[in-house]
Amino acid sequence: MSTTAIQIGSTFEGMPLRLKLKRIERRQKFKALILVLPLLLFILVAFVLPIGRMLFNAIHDDTLLTLAPHTMTALRGWDGKDLPGEAVYAALAGDLKKSWAQKTAASIGKRINYELPGSLSEVISSARKASVLPAGPYKEALIKISPLWGRHDVWSLLKRGTSAYTGYYLLRSVDYEYGPDSQIVASPPENRIFRDVFLRTLGISIGVTAITLLLGFPVAYLLATLPRKSSNLLMILVVLPFWTSVLIRTTAWVVLLQQHGVVNDTLMALHVISQPAELIYNRIGTIVAMTHIQLPITLLPIYSVMRTISPSYVRAARSLGAGPFYAFWKVYWPLTLPGIAAGCLMTFILCLGYYITPALVGGPADQMISSFVAHYTNEELNWGMASALGAILLTVTLLLYYSFSKLVGVDRVKMG
Amino acid sequence: MRTSLMIASSVAVIGLTAGVFAATTPALADDQLTVTAGGGSFQQVLRKLIFDPFSKTSGIKITEAEYDYSNAKIRAMVETKTVSWDVVYAGDSGTRQMCAEGLIETIDWKKLGLDRTKFEGAEYSDCGVPAGIAASVVTYDKEKLPNGPKTIADFFDLKKFPGKRGLPKTPQVTVEWALIADGVPIRDVYKVLNTPEGIDRAFKKLDTIKKDIVWWTSGAQPIQLLADGQVVMTDAWNTRIYDAVKNSGKHFEMVWDGAVTNGNAWVIPKGTPRLDNAYKFVALAGSSQTQADLATYTSQGPGNREALALIDPAVRPNIPNNHSGSALPSDLSFWSEKGDELRQRFNAWLAK
Repeated sequence: MSTTAIQIGSTFEGMPLRLKLKRIERRQKFKALILVLPLLLFILVAFVLPIGRMLFNAIHDDTLLTLAPHTMTALRGWDGKDLPGEAVYAALAGDLKKSWAQKTAASIGKRINYELPGSLSEVISSARKASVLPAGPYKEALIKISPLWGRHDVWSLLKRGTSAYTGYYLLRSVDYEYGPDSQIVASPPENRIFRDVFLRTLGISIGVTAITLLLGFPVAYLLATLPRKSSNLLMILVVLPFWTSVLIRTTAWVVLLQQHGVVNDTLMALHVISQPAELIYNRIGTIVAMTHIQLPITLLPIYSVMRTISPSYVRAARSLGAGPFYAFWKVYWPLTLPGIAAGCLMTFILCLGYYITPALVGGPADQMISSFVAHYTNEELNWGMASALGAILLTVTLLLYYSFSKLVGVDRVKMG
Repeated sequence: MRTSLMIASSVAVIGLTAGVFAATTPALADDQLTVTAGGGSFQQVLRKLIFDPFSKTSGIKITEAEYDYSNAKIRAMVETKTVSWDVVYAGDSGTRQMCAEGLIETIDWKKLGLDRTKFEGAEYSDCGVPAGIAASVVTYDKEKLPNGPKTIADFFDLKKFPGKRGLPKTPQVTVEWALIADGVPIRDVYKVLNTPEGIDRAFKKLDTIKKDIVWWTSGAQPIQLLADGQVVMTDAWNTRIYDAVKNSGKHFEMVWDGAVTNGNAWVIPKGTPRLDNAYKFVALAGSSQTQADLATYTSQGPGNREALALIDPAVRPNIPNNHSGSALPSDLSFWSEKGDELRQRFNAWLAK
């Protein structure tokens, strides 16, 4: 278009044609922008900002900085070798007095308690006792009030609090912590858990995705190749569970799989087994229920892609001498890849966030990372930990998505 | 023409969205109150015994809300200054935690017109009016197990009582029971648990029955597990057992030895615009007659000691307050300090 404009000449109604064209294009773009603006705003306000704020919590913690400001200022000069000097203790006494008056002692204590369990009540009682402390010297008096203030690791912890940014939550999310001198050390073996949980979450998600593909692919093929009438009936069987609540489907599996449930009773009546098999509250139950819930989500994109593949392609391959498997593998399978990619990607990403199903049909070793995120958000009110775990999960998901798109190509993903 | 139409519609959409957001800020009306509890049949009892009579006598309309006892929503409300819940029925540990963080009002007992010294455990928290006490007890089905367990030690005895047992999927109650079963006197449980050796000892004892435990996550599950014969005995809440016996005709039997008791409290989120109404409500909910009625209906022990004498004598054996000799009150300060660490260790132990 623009080349023709140049060829025709540079003026049209007294205005350069190229300029006119640009103006029209700009207006079109503006119109399009106005149409998507409400959604864009909605995503920004309801999605990007809160999630960004939450993720920020993973590294940002200014509890000590705001609640014990004088101690933090005084600590900046501390070399970290011996216990700090009288000036720092005096600042601490002042901060504790203030925190008792303003009822913030518990918040300070809670923050210290994260890293040194058992110190919450010490901090609160110190604040109470410090509030009636006569004027200095404070160092001896505070250590007498609570041995906590004579501990070097407590002061290392407080020194770390002089920065509003902390690596504590992220470190703990991968089973590391700060040692007594602020060096990074591995958590004690009996408390190491999060790396296992992340690996478990990935493992279960990959497993469920693979099983849904194995089960869903033949069904999708059947649905796509059967005549409309019979395929519609089958389709209802596929989507009916899809429309049922996840909670109901999960509970149904409890009824089916439990010790004296339908499956075990039937198998025992048929003398296949003599004792009830352990089908639930373990990995089997989790995988079965999650596979059932995710199956339509993998299947439907594959099906919709298969419907667009003309049967004449395979027929042509066969007529050219290819065997049935060769024709399928070389002609049909590659054409279904966009659907497979879409279905598997959706199932995999949804699986990473599973929470209720593993809680109801899984055993203790089947809990996925989201249940820990929920625990820290709702019960411990430790939003730093929740954010750190969430941030790691989000990063891992994005990395996997990135490598997936490099391998398969997102442009090949077709939802329908 | 089309462009202007489009702009107009976009503006309308944005305007509507803004309108929706504006509507969520709480309206300031004097004659209403939003009360939040855990829902289910218990909330129906609350409605019948407290909400409806309160509305009738005071003319204040009650809007009900439900939550899952997670403190996150209250924290979010208070921090964003959009408090729409005026009174909340909260767990004891949640009450303590929210009190420490300044998320709920400090209770002015004078304004409330109630005597703080008459309340069970009120000295531990400045921010809640004790509403009731529930107990975690060993339960079994007398029809299937005529000579059932008598003690916590029996719960851990696989020789005497073979079969699966139900326990909550948290260290709370679980580690306490392990120590009691290992021979620690009830009054020393938390003293022992406060040492690293004590924690090791509890997990060592739990190891002995680990493969025979079915872990449950919600209060309805243990009752179901027991009714289905999935477990021979289980930890369950006394109120749920009472309900199953009374309303479903089950023959469940409670073992009060080592019962771990936990309280609930009425709390007021900080910054509610209807503070006076909230106080009026809590005053009624905390009164001895109301708490006695609640206990009679649900077997939940009253937080108000004066209510004890008013409870239906037939229900009294099921009330946790009447088993204080054999019961262990959950130590809230222990759990608020060591809870996170113990839960992490517990989860690591479970996964092994």
